[in-house]
Amino acid sequence: MTEMLRPEVMFAFVVMMAVTVASRLGGFWLMRYVTITPRVRRMLEALPGSIIVAAALPVAVDGGVVVVGAIVAAMIVTVVRRNDFIAVFTGMAVAALARAAGLGG
Amino acid sequence: MTSPHRPDQLHASAYWSGEAIVPGIYAIAPMLPGTLAFGLAFGALCAQKKFSLAEVEVMMAIVYGGLSQFVAVQSWPDQLTISSIATLALLITTVNIRFALMSASLRPWFGTLPPWQAYPSMLLVTDGGWLAAMRYREHGGANAWFFVGGGIVLYVVWLLSSIPGFLLAEQLSDPKKYGVDLVMPAFYAAMLVPAWKGVGRAVPWVIAGAVALLVYYTVPGYWFIILGAVAGSVSAGLMPDD
Repeated sequence: MTEMLRPEVMFAFVVMMAVTVASRLGGFWLMRYVTITPRVRRMLEALPGSIIVAAALPVAVDGGVVVVGAIVAAMIVTVVRRNDFIAVFTGMAVAALARAAGLGG
Repeated sequence: MTSPHRPDQLHASAYWSGEAIVPGIYAIAPMLPGTLAFGLAFGALCAQKKFSLAEVEVMMAIVYGGLSQFVAVQSWPDQLTISSIATLALLITTVNIRFALMSASLRPWFGTLPPWQAYPSMLLVTDGGWLAAMRYREHGGANAWFFVGGGIVLYVVWLLSSIPGFLLAEQLSDPKKYGVDLVMPAFYAAMLVPAWKGVGRAVPWVIAGAVALLVYYTVPGYWFIILGAVAGSVSAGLMPDD
């Protein structure tokens, strides 16, 4: 390996770091100027579920039957066992087995 | 609800006490095998794209955004110019801007700490770490070590995870074969179940999902996450007091 750390690649990484750090700190910083009224509290309380659904639903719909099946399996395991570990493992296993069996997606 | 702790649960000030470190690590433990697998797959991808292992580790350490790194490396330009780096930065921002919403929601908790403690803590915001912390907070937790302890462990595992993948690049080039792409969705699904508080509270979720789907199929990139999440949150703000 002649070039362990190429300068132009390092520069790109630093730019990527800057925008990511700005995202991580920016929301926290902005909230300094927002008074936590009941309305704002409702908005903050709705955020976790909204982010989860917004991030996962399109991926699930686009992923087709395998991904939807794996997610549903993970949710069923959560309802029955309340164990995140088993839920994640079940989701992965269902998808891996379905794909190994030749189902697409 | 007239339990003595109840009224203060969402307003309790943050504090540091070591006894929450282990429970915090335990709460993010379901993420660890997936993080490891994701890092393995990412290391393999980087090896194919001709990055050096040292470069991969620098990226893991300073960018620390799993999905955004994956997306960036997959669309890595042949020539790094000012404009291609700007394109990468925009791409990374669209994937990672959700961290701003997450850290915003941590303000009522971590905002009670001095800034020199609160801001470095926000550098540890990840999907899994944040979700586990929000659930802890919902149950009345206020110990900052819960979030920070779990976050540090997740960070260290992430740093190490890409090394074996880089070295074993051929075997792991297709993470889907092992269901690795299901780690985050499955963890999300597992987190959504205990967050269920009845149909009324789920209306913002439906709006978030509908907007996210609409954006997903009409706007390229990752804007669907942020626009869907903002739509859900705003709709909750517009709803009448319960």
